[in-house]
Amino acid sequence: MSSAPALDFATAAVNQALTKEERIGLFTQMVRIRRFEQAALKAYNAGKMGGFLHLYIGQEAVAVGTISLQGPDDHYITAYRDHGHALSVGMGMNECMAEMFGKQTGCSKGKGGSMHFFAPDKGFWGGHGIVAGQTPLGLGLAYGLKYLGKTGCCFCYLGDGAVNQGAFHESLNLSGLFEIPVVFVIENNGYSMGTSQERSSAYAGCLAQRADAYGIAWDVIDGSDLYEVRAKSHIAMERAKKESKPTLLEIDTYRYYGHSVADANAKKYRKPEEIEHYKQNHDPITLFRRRLIAEGVLTDDSADAINAAAAEEAAAAAKFADESPAPTIADISTDVYWESDHNTPASRIGWHFFND
Amino acid sequence: MSRILTYREALREGLDEELAHDPNVVLFGEEVAQYNGAYKVTEGLWKKWGSKRVFDTPISEAGFIGMGIGASMLGVRPVMELMFWSFHSVAFDQLVNNAACVRYMSGGLCNCPIVIRGPANGGTNVGATHSHIPEALFAAFPGLKVCAPATPADAKGLIKSAIRDNDPVYVMENTLLYGTTGEVPDPALGDHLVPLGQAEIKRQGTDLSLIAHGRSVIHCLAAADTLQQEHGINCEVLDLRSIRPLDVEAILATVRKTNRAVLVDESKPFGGVSAMVGMLIQEHAFDSLDAPIQRVCSIDAPAIYSPHIEPEQLPNPRRIVEKVLSLG
Repeated sequence: MSSAPALDFATAAVNQALTKEERIGLFTQMVRIRRFEQAALKAYNAGKMGGFLHLYIGQEAVAVGTISLQGPDDHYITAYRDHGHALSVGMGMNECMAEMFGKQTGCSKGKGGSMHFFAPDKGFWGGHGIVAGQTPLGLGLAYGLKYLGKTGCCFCYLGDGAVNQGAFHESLNLSGLFEIPVVFVIENNGYSMGTSQERSSAYAGCLAQRADAYGIAWDVIDGSDLYEVRAKSHIAMERAKKESKPTLLEIDTYRYYGHSVADANAKKYRKPEEIEHYKQNHDPITLFRRRLIAEGVLTDDSADAINAAAAEEAAAAAKFADESPAPTIADISTDVYWESDHNTPASRIGWHFFND
Repeated sequence: MSRILTYREALREGLDEELAHDPNVVLFGEEVAQYNGAYKVTEGLWKKWGSKRVFDTPISEAGFIGMGIGASMLGVRPVMELMFWSFHSVAFDQLVNNAACVRYMSGGLCNCPIVIRGPANGGTNVGATHSHIPEALFAAFPGLKVCAPATPADAKGLIKSAIRDNDPVYVMENTLLYGTTGEVPDPALGDHLVPLGQAEIKRQGTDLSLIAHGRSVIHCLAAADTLQQEHGINCEVLDLRSIRPLDVEAILATVRKTNRAVLVDESKPFGGVSAMVGMLIQEHAFDSLDAPIQRVCSIDAPAIYSPHIEPEQLPNPRRIVEKVLSLG
């Protein structure tokens, strides 16, 4: 007796509608994120960056799959592991790499760093450093859409380590109570820093099931299957846009590196075999590449060419970042107050700054 | 022509006018709508403006304040009530990391035009958890603006300016002032706006400057009358009104005029508003001082409950008079 075949999400309407070019585009985007982060890791290890570097490698299908569904009034906000989302909304490698290098040409002018990328013009609202601190903001972006009468939604990402923060539960409650078009996405990579899900969360079945307590729809998604991410996320988006109702999605995924590159125990709390298992069997890029080759959309040669081009683009971004100027001391004092930056009459009344 | 309004009515009139002025202004918080406000500041606004513009939230400060911050980034202008500013502690991450820093960390790409308002005072016998006075705490975070009106006219003028400001403004009111009355300009004469960052001399004097904000200003005015009548000391009373931005020029001008300063501040002494004002005077007007700067603050302990003694923990006219007389 054979087990039932796995659902094939390639047949979902939202995936069937993809053109050949769009499918290649999705593959290319995942490859670009991975190559970008590999270049970032190299630069980090060479001492070109300060602070933390939280790599997204292994999780690419989550950002690419969800953000590939973006319409004109759809918005995105995430935590500190934000590079994949940033590139997925269309931010350039140069501005992102330069931000990590702490340069004036960075997306936040070198004021935010790796954890704080923003591109409001592309519907991307960060890049937030405090675990679950962004979840009320994601709720608020979606509430704002509803208030302003826009047909859109906000995807608000959080890690599995964020699900036990009070702010997240407050956000879930408010989203259900006020019928807010938000899609909360738990990117479940199994570990909140060095603590496994089993050692950090009390749950029945899965983390997303907690939504039941708030009367909110939920689903669990295999984050290594780009087609599944798109198909199920699309349902949540439709619920948001057509019914103004929230959804909690749990997308199972895996990070190959530590919590951050500074995570000294990254190979102690996980067995090497576990990491290797994911790389061999669940890598979202490898799986999608195989899929597109089977579909006749890609060949090994064309896939390799995409990979090489992404590596080249990432290396060029690192060069751009390295050669860019650093912020000046004067730059420290701008972007604090909107009124001051715009030299409005209000900004000229009273002291706003108290330097020696 | 002016009318006599209570501080509460003046705030309400300001909120009502701004709801009319900008369709993106929205009021929310605990009990602000159908209950008409825990202190009746928002009374009648839900009935007038409906549930889209004025609505109740659950007791969920981190959630609803964060929601307001997120919505403000898209252009909504939320005015959120904290039933007590003391409840800031459960929303601190939103108030500081998100509201104060999102503009900076985005290199100026985001802005956060929110107002958070509510009472921040002691003196109502509700114990330490409900009696925090966080003006100086929030003014210490670049990116935030803080004001603390003492009179009905300033309450209206500052709440309106706060709502029109494109940065986060935290308005610290006072439950013991809500019922006080004062003249407020007639709306027919045009918008009554009091700019952030502009102090006001509430009493002209020549001998000594009492520098205060919020309810302490009222105490200073009472103390100044006593000092004039019983001791022949003519005090000037400067009402800061706004803590950040701060009218440092007005502070220095009054000190240069009277050469003596007593700072009256309901904050605790350590790192309170008066600590900052004292330092600024020392830095910029040291040569004008004929006596050391003195302070009257809340006595340095968590707020005591006992109705018998709480008024003595806070600045009051008697303590101010004694401090002024101690200068000799």
